[in-house]
Amino acid sequence: MPSDHYSIFSVLLEALRGQSGWRPAWRKASPKPAYDVVLVGGGGHGLATAYYLAKRYGLKNVAVIEKGWVGSGNIGRNTTIVRSNYLLPGNVPFYETSMKLWEGLEQDINYNAMVSQRGVLNLYHSDGQRDAYARRGNAMRMHGVDAELLDAESVRSMYPWLNHDDARFPIKGGLLQKRGGTVRHDAVAWGYARAADRLGVDIIENTEVTGFRIADGRISGVETTRGFIAAKKVGLACAGNSSRVTAMAGLNLPIESHVLQAFVTEGIKPFIDGVVTFGAGHFYISQSDKGGLVFGGDLDGYNSYAQRGNLPVVEDVVEGGMALMPRIGRVRLLRSWGGIMDMSMDGSPIIDQTPINGLYLNAGWCYGGFKATPASGLCFAHLIAKNEPHEVARGYRLDRFRTGHMIDEKGMGNQPNLH
Amino acid sequence: MSGDQSFRLSKHGLVDRSRPFRFSFDGVEHDGYAGDTLASALLANGIHLVGRSFKYHRPRGILTSGSEDPNALVELRTGARREPNTKATTIELYDGLEAKSQNRFPSLRLDLMAVNGFLSPVFSAGFYYKTFMWPAAFWEKLYEPMIRRAAGLGSAAMEGDPDTYDKANAFCDVLVVGSGAAGLMAALAAARSGARVVLADESFTLGGRLLAENRSIDGKSSAEWAKTAVAELSALPNVRLLSRTTVFGAYDGGTFGAVERVSDHMIQPAAGQPRQRLWRIVAKQVVVAQGATERPIVFGNNDRPGVMLASAARTYINRYGVAPGRTAVVFTSNDDGASTINDLASAGITVAALVDTRSALPEAIEARAEALGARIFEGGVVSDALGRSRVTGARIIDASGAVHTISCDLIVVSGGFSPNMQMTTHLGGRSQWRDDIAGFVPGTLPKNMSAAGAANGSFSLASCLADGARAGSSAASGAGFDAKPIAVPSSDDEPSSVAAFWHVDRAKHKAFVDFQNDVTAADVALAEREGYRSVEHLKRYTTLGMATDQGRTSGVNGLAILAKLTGKSIPETGITTARPPYTPVSLGALAGEHRGKHFKPFRLTPSHNWAKAQGAVFVEAGLWLRSLYFPKPFENDPLTSIIREVNGVRNGVGFCDVSTLGKVEVHGTDAGKFLDRVYINMMSTLPVGKARYGAMLREDGIMMDDGTAARFAEDRYFVTTTTVNAIKVVQHLELCKQWHWPDLDVQIVPSTDQWAQYSVAGPRARELISRIVDKPFDVSNEAFPYMAVAELTALGGLKARLYRLSFSGELAYEIAVPARHGELLARTLMEKGADLGVTPYGTEALGVMRIEKGHVGGPEINGTTTAGDVGLGKMASKKKDFIGRTLSERSGLADPNRPRIVGFRPVDRAARLRAGAHFVNRDAEPTAANDQGYLTSVAYSPSNGHWVGLGFLANAESRMGEIVRAYDPVRGGDTLVEVVSPVFVDSEGARLRV
Amino acid sequence: MRIRCPHCGERALDEFTYLGDASITRPDPASPDAASEFYTYAYERRNIAGPTQELWYHQAGCHSWLVVTRDTRTHEISDVKLAEDVASKRIKTTAGAA
Repeated sequence: MPSDHYSIFSVLLEALRGQSGWRPAWRKASPKPAYDVVLVGGGGHGLATAYYLAKRYGLKNVAVIEKGWVGSGNIGRNTTIVRSNYLLPGNVPFYETSMKLWEGLEQDINYNAMVSQRGVLNLYHSDGQRDAYARRGNAMRMHGVDAELLDAESVRSMYPWLNHDDARFPIKGGLLQKRGGTVRHDAVAWGYARAADRLGVDIIENTEVTGFRIADGRISGVETTRGFIAAKKVGLACAGNSSRVTAMAGLNLPIESHVLQAFVTEGIKPFIDGVVTFGAGHFYISQSDKGGLVFGGDLDGYNSYAQRGNLPVVEDVVEGGMALMPRIGRVRLLRSWGGIMDMSMDGSPIIDQTPINGLYLNAGWCYGGFKATPASGLCFAHLIAKNEPHEVARGYRLDRFRTGHMIDEKGMGNQPNLH
Repeated sequence: MSGDQSFRLSKHGLVDRSRPFRFSFDGVEHDGYAGDTLASALLANGIHLVGRSFKYHRPRGILTSGSEDPNALVELRTGARREPNTKATTIELYDGLEAKSQNRFPSLRLDLMAVNGFLSPVFSAGFYYKTFMWPAAFWEKLYEPMIRRAAGLGSAAMEGDPDTYDKANAFCDVLVVGSGAAGLMAALAAARSGARVVLADESFTLGGRLLAENRSIDGKSSAEWAKTAVAELSALPNVRLLSRTTVFGAYDGGTFGAVERVSDHMIQPAAGQPRQRLWRIVAKQVVVAQGATERPIVFGNNDRPGVMLASAARTYINRYGVAPGRTAVVFTSNDDGASTINDLASAGITVAALVDTRSALPEAIEARAEALGARIFEGGVVSDALGRSRVTGARIIDASGAVHTISCDLIVVSGGFSPNMQMTTHLGGRSQWRDDIAGFVPGTLPKNMSAAGAANGSFSLASCLADGARAGSSAASGAGFDAKPIAVPSSDDEPSSVAAFWHVDRAKHKAFVDFQNDVTAADVALAEREGYRSVEHLKRYTTLGMATDQGRTSGVNGLAILAKLTGKSIPETGITTARPPYTPVSLGALAGEHRGKHFKPFRLTPSHNWAKAQGAVFVEAGLWLRSLYFPKPFENDPLTSIIREVNGVRNGVGFCDVSTLGKVEVHGTDAGKFLDRVYINMMSTLPVGKARYGAMLREDGIMMDDGTAARFAEDRYFVTTTTVNAIKVVQHLELCKQWHWPDLDVQIVPSTDQWAQYSVAGPRARELISRIVDKPFDVSNEAFPYMAVAELTALGGLKARLYRLSFSGELAYEIAVPARHGELLARTLMEKGADLGVTPYGTEALGVMRIEKGHVGGPEINGTTTAGDVGLGKMASKKKDFIGRTLSERSGLADPNRPRIVGFRPVDRAARLRAGAHFVNRDAEPTAANDQGYLTSVAYSPSNGHWVGLGFLANAESRMGEIVRAYDPVRGGDTLVEVVSPVFVDSEGARLRV
Repeated sequence: MRIRCPHCGERALDEFTYLGDASITRPDPASPDAASEFYTYAYERRNIAGPTQELWYHQAGCHSWLVVTRDTRTHEISDVKLAEDVASKRIKTTAGAA
């Protein structure tokens, strides 16, 4: 009998029989002629949407179409941070919903994605920054989210080896969300894929959508490299490629595609427990369970579809790292990579119907898509199944820029490279 | 066995025997020579066991002789200079070197964590995805701490890195990366044409494989020939040679990142020297000549110390003069590997057996092996290495399937070569598979890049020389030089046939693909069984290729095993994308000098030195350092000083350096028209000699900045911005001028740094100012009323500007002199104001007075608020277009119910206010649904004797006098406050007009 | 990436600041459809994979705004013009057409 459910018992059983009884995590499905829902994009958001459609909304005749391999986009190119330390009422409940889903994810999908709530600490370096974090922390608390404002001494006792004494911008304290942390990014894609597959969802890899069949303002399916696939509803979760995909349906989006680089060092014995963000430079860091320091900074700052960045930002990010953590000077950078971010015009996402009947959009995740994966899937599934927004995603309207209802956490306006 | 260099060969090698070095490994002292690596010096002393693997803690030795080594990682140096995971194969030996093995407890030889090896049936690839889930709370408490204790290899230093790092730029016509046969020829060909050449190599001696092989070129040994070529290059003025320099990444526009290890071969850097230097090399053309990486063969226990790549064995013999063993079994799939028997024999190493996976060896090699008395196994394999912490023998399966056991202490392995073409794919170039060499070679190359020699799939010495010459000439031509083909030196030729062979599937023991991450052939098979069949899935699921060797020794083997399992060809299976860096780069080098206090430059105000002498406390304001307050002796509490400064201004006169404000000259006949389009209010109607407060929006209708515009002539305005937006506003004005309205006659000249500007405020400000400006300028209220501006002279003939502006609510001026006279102005204000009790004040007092007066600042103009929100809605002209007008009329921004700025004071006048508190109605639950706004700016108001604040409140206008809660749970605050006017002093504005 | 500023010559990426799509210009505020046009101008910039014209600013140099033709798939720059020249020509053309 093959081992299908993951547990310590099945692992021990398979250890005794040479791991021979495991089944593929998901079937290599071929497309059926028609589905109730076709989701375009087999990344975290698309797979999570498929899973919640099947699990919570009873829609199981669902396909996920992926042009490459499952998880080949930003779900596998990020710094694995999860948190719900947002400021604005349009965002906090959504990201907190995501955080709660993370907290129960592994038992729900029977896959250990290593959700690790070791804390996210945002450092502040001035009185103004402290007050801005206080405003944010208070907003979180009023939404029922955990938040603590720490002073310099508390930060020092948490991370005594940060640059407390010779800093250009001294550390004056930090905003701590203890429930924040990291999740093993690839495992999220694989876990949702496996769980969706077990509920009957077809995951169709190496198949690219080449067009939409639209008549009288209504969509009837997608053209793909493996032929036409009919669908009553089509959901797009294509992240950095959203503009390219919607262009095939004649839609322009309030989105620009930008490159964000991320970095990992050689594995060293763990010394950074949680996630730390520098408030006076462009730098955030955590340490993986393998020992690599995983860190990132700002966007390169120009539109790009190239999945790679340039040296000035590499230097800028590492300068921030050394300014904050002088002990990492002799640790070595092992790999860098670039992801294409679907930067929206206010830094917040879009989960909405499009002007085309039956075509739904999930995009604009900026650099915050990973932490949103579960809630994005849930809310997108809700929207597709019910034709109305989920209550925690009501603000994520496509037309909010037209009406002036932006959700702009950073206050940078219509300049995506600054969000 | 150790300490005596008993494996050092007397006649081989390029090490300098006149310079013996002493070093220690795991606390035991040994000897080596200048020119050794740590690896060669350890081998000279018979030491093969140097490390433990990541997961199973298996004993590991020295597999390679270069930067691709997956096993021989040590902690180099101690204390603040500790360098974890340093490859012994790349560490240049120096006297006094200290290294330690890592990832073992309690010792390298007895590592208790090796128990993991016995649990390996459980610890298969991806096992942790399947377990550790119950109960959920145990992950952070139990499972993960356990996993994290085992994570990582070496340890980072506990203290800050004491060494310095440098950054440098280089520009050249041709960059040649790698200095082997192809690289040297390419550099010679390009340099002789006159092109500016940079030649970089990761090793401390230029020459690449020429130093490691026993070959001849033009009748000389290959090492001698390399020396001659390097000598020619170093004599040319148009050539820069960078040894100890790894070019780690290709970036856009012909930019390359490289790191030079300036001082890593010393116990510590010489005085004034950096440890490493980051080079940004801009090259018109680049030749990638980084050679090739030899592949191990995947067989049982192929990770045992004493299993070594054939090319490495030759390097240790020929370059370092070290015998890597006494008795060797050679296991190969190709001529290059099999030929190693010559080098082994020359070093006096017994060749016990030559095992070749091919059914027939070339005759010459076979004859030579016979002459050496080696047993020959054509079509055979080594199925397993025997021994644990050192190889003791090889288990061989011959072509008929019979098993033989042969004793040896060295198994020399070659599975063929993979060209080092990583850099050709950094910019999106594609690789292609070549069956004849069983490897990926550069396919589509980025513009202005070529590959040469082994990196290009040319493996014989003769072809490397010729390929390098060709690539060098064509690169120089591509850079615009008239490059003639150069003569290619003659070399002996060698057989170089390769048979694709990857994996001995009849192994009895674990067969490793990725040594460092302990990924076995069985793990690859498991990943395939579970559907992780894309190469990226294989990599991510098993961690194959993610170790510090960047997959150089494991990538193609893993791919080949996966391809066989899926029934696809290797090129169909694909290749993972190489990304920078080529080899790991220290973070210190990437950061350079930008750390500690030098992380960002300091901008100092004109009064900085003077203020410092006054004992001012400074604060970082962006890049600026500004005076925060000026404590007097015995003032221990900042608030005491600040209150004194505020009172000093309000009751007498004070001055404050406001030079950090952005300053912009706006000139031209259309200057007024231009400013009308960028400010929400009218500026063209401003009379000459007057200033006006103004606000700018972003095009999306949100407040961008506020400041003043002064008009000195019909066609000459002077505009100020807030400190924080100085650069942004100039950029915006330039966009408006150059892109939106190029037809307007207007010029924009930023002049923030040109003027030292001081606010002089207080009821006695006029007296003080009258002593500063030159006669006969009249500063009386009649001659120079509120909002007047003038160009004049001050301090006895200095060019100056005077503005009657006030942000404190007092009678006030701003006076500007050229920046270089700023300190003089500060000193003079002090001297001339002594009898008036003049008070220098800092940004704290400045902030207190602006809040008391209800002026909005950075906390209010925060990128999400409109002019209406901050109380400036009425300023917007309805008669004209301006940037941001149209989009500010969107319903969401024009909504009258948006929170508006208003003032607050605590009901209990002794209570303190804190910015960041949220407002909720007096009797409401403090939940998000009841959120009414937030407090933005607070100050203790000396004028009122209690705290005051500004903040945004929903429906503010109708709530004057209402009591609301200022709820601040993150600081334990919950204060009742009264909604009041935002102006807390002189609400009629009488004082500033006197 | 290196950009050849018409005034200053070829300079490194870190001297420049990016704004974005240069294909849409500021609409006429007097247009009857100004609200919609300004929305498109501010929020629906082109985001194509391929050669695009975009505005860059030579922040650490001459303060010129530049119209840079760059391929977003390869980062290859094929043309750089002064924004002021492009804009002047645009205005003349518009005026001529009107």
